Amino acid sequence: MDLNAPIAIKVRGICNRFGDQVIHDGVDLDVRNGEILGVVGGSGTGKSVLMRTIIGLQRPSAGTIEIFGEPMTDEEDEAQLDLRRRWGVMFQGGALFSTLTVAENVQVPLREFYPNLSQKLLDEIASYKVVMTGLPANAAAKYPSELSGGMRKRAGLARALALDPRLLFLDEPTAGLDPISAAGFDELTKDLSKTLGLTVFLITHDLDTLHAICDRVAVLADQKVVAVGTIPELLATDHPWIQDYFNGPRGRAAQSAVDRHMAKGA
Amino acid sequence: MCLKRNPACRSSAYAPNTCLMANKADFTEEQGAKGLVLRVSGRLTLSGLGDLPQRLDAVDAPAAQIDIGAVERVDTVGAWIVHQFSGRTGAQIVGASEEAKRLMALVSRSQTDVRVRPEPLNPVVRVVTEVGDATVIALRTLLGLVAFFGAILISSWDIIRHPRRLRINAIVHRFELVGVKALGIIGLMSFLIGIVIAQQGAVQLQQFGAEALTVNLVGRITTRELGVLMTAIMVAGRSGSAFAAQLGTMKLTEEIDAMRTIGVSPIEALVIPRMMAAVIMMPLLGFYATLVSIFGGGLFCWVSLEIPPITFVQRLQEVIPITDLWVGLLKAPVFGAIIALSGCFQGMQVEGNAEDVGLRTTSAVVQAIFLVIVLDAFFAVFFSQIGWI
Repeated sequence: MDLNAPIAIKVRGICNRFGDQVIHDGVDLDVRNGEILGVVGGSGTGKSVLMRTIIGLQRPSAGTIEIFGEPMTDEEDEAQLDLRRRWGVMFQGGALFSTLTVAENVQVPLREFYPNLSQKLLDEIASYKVVMTGLPANAAAKYPSELSGGMRKRAGLARALALDPRLLFLDEPTAGLDPISAAGFDELTKDLSKTLGLTVFLITHDLDTLHAICDRVAVLADQKVVAVGTIPELLATDHPWIQDYFNGPRGRAAQSAVDRHMAKGA
Repeated sequence: MCLKRNPACRSSAYAPNTCLMANKADFTEEQGAKGLVLRVSGRLTLSGLGDLPQRLDAVDAPAAQIDIGAVERVDTVGAWIVHQFSGRTGAQIVGASEEAKRLMALVSRSQTDVRVRPEPLNPVVRVVTEVGDATVIALRTLLGLVAFFGAILISSWDIIRHPRRLRINAIVHRFELVGVKALGIIGLMSFLIGIVIAQQGAVQLQQFGAEALTVNLVGRITTRELGVLMTAIMVAGRSGSAFAAQLGTMKLTEEIDAMRTIGVSPIEALVIPRMMAAVIMMPLLGFYATLVSIFGGGLFCWVSLEIPPITFVQRLQEVIPITDLWVGLLKAPVFGAIIALSGCFQGMQVEGNAEDVGLRTTSAVVQAIFLVIVLDAFFAVFFSQIGWI
């Protein structure tokens, strides 16, 4: 990973609270251009809230966010809209519009931002995006309710990639998938991020995903980001949650799976 | 060129070359040694496309080469357009950067003809299919409703044999939700309906100088019909929908399955208390609604027709036969049973997702009100046949 790569997302001093409950108390985080950053943390530590804050769905009570060097504001002006065009978001359940087919779902952002595209080109774009995310070609004409959980996530990814964003947010992409589909989705994320030059902000609980595709991992605990780094770097810290997480039985199993894989490769 | 700082150029600090030459995509045609050569320049991206796709489509001469060496940026849409053009005209792609080659390799995977829309159906076939589907669904619902009613009867018999299994607490709790909490809204509605009937009736009867008959009108129509009917509609909207939504949500979260595995019968624990609450509360609410309507009508008669309350009450006694009250009160528990039955039935039919809860709740209310009105018509015929006119 290029240590001097420009910063794609710069989060400084974010505070979020719901009523008396403090979720974030001064979160600082840098996401470098072109990396896959995994975000982990126990349940309720505000991983999703952090993502929602960055993409502007949740207004922080304090702090600033810069995307590609430009500050995010609440204004609904041309500049902010232009900024929004540069990221795609895949929500946990896919969040596909249930009354539209998969292809029409992919076309929604295209129609919204580029009303002049011809129907023919829209259809072509939708179909190659659908194939690109590893869905069978006939899935384009199906409604979300006709798809399995894994296919729905891929369709959600196709919609997130509709505008060819530079930045991709994934909220627990492998949650609820069987291990084979989950590994397939990890592979897809890695491939696409390399081919399309994506910066990926990935929230996950899945230790295998962290080991397989993340360049760096940020750990949310105690209302802030307590550590950011590669997994070996994190293992070297002595934060109790990080130690429990990576050195617990599941953490070790995931690590040894990676080791076995490496040994086989060598 | 980027002379003024337009929005697309604000990212200059981040990606200088996209801004210095923030050109729309463009191309020039020239005749090379082997034939037509297209030289594409500018930003071959979704935001920079402009009318390029249409113009490229308009090129119908066979082209030898498409040169994308001068392109500043390319994304998958740009790669797709170049790829499509080369496929259509047989033009050779030259000058592609590493990135462009990678993207074209990616998009070229979808060469198969992908259908984007579901197969359109023949309109005649569609109408016939829809009518058929609707009929099957209607018959299934009817069958399901009867089966559900049967299940309730069986459970009721079980409870009659083992009265200890009756859940008194649950029933009393439902009494409060279905009955007590509805008093305000049903009272207000009935009061207004009483006034409206008296006012509309008085206007018509005055033409014959018979405005004194307004008392008969208000007294009989509310006791016989409207008191109970309007209450039933209100209870269907208020409690029938709540029953469907509650049971539907419990079905979704697998609470009902959990109950079954523990050995608790959902019909006994959930449906019977709601059923009993509706059956017992409906006559009480209906009677209350009748009284409040008469009060509203009486108030109007007093204020507007100058019939004093004492005369109004005396006249009521003379014109309303006691059978009118029986007609109203006998219908009420049946309506209550119908409302609880369709609410609980639709709730138990929920499957799959949260959207279904909404659909089933709507069906519960529509079904309940429809059945109540159909039954009301039967009751009207029945009671006049036995001479309770």
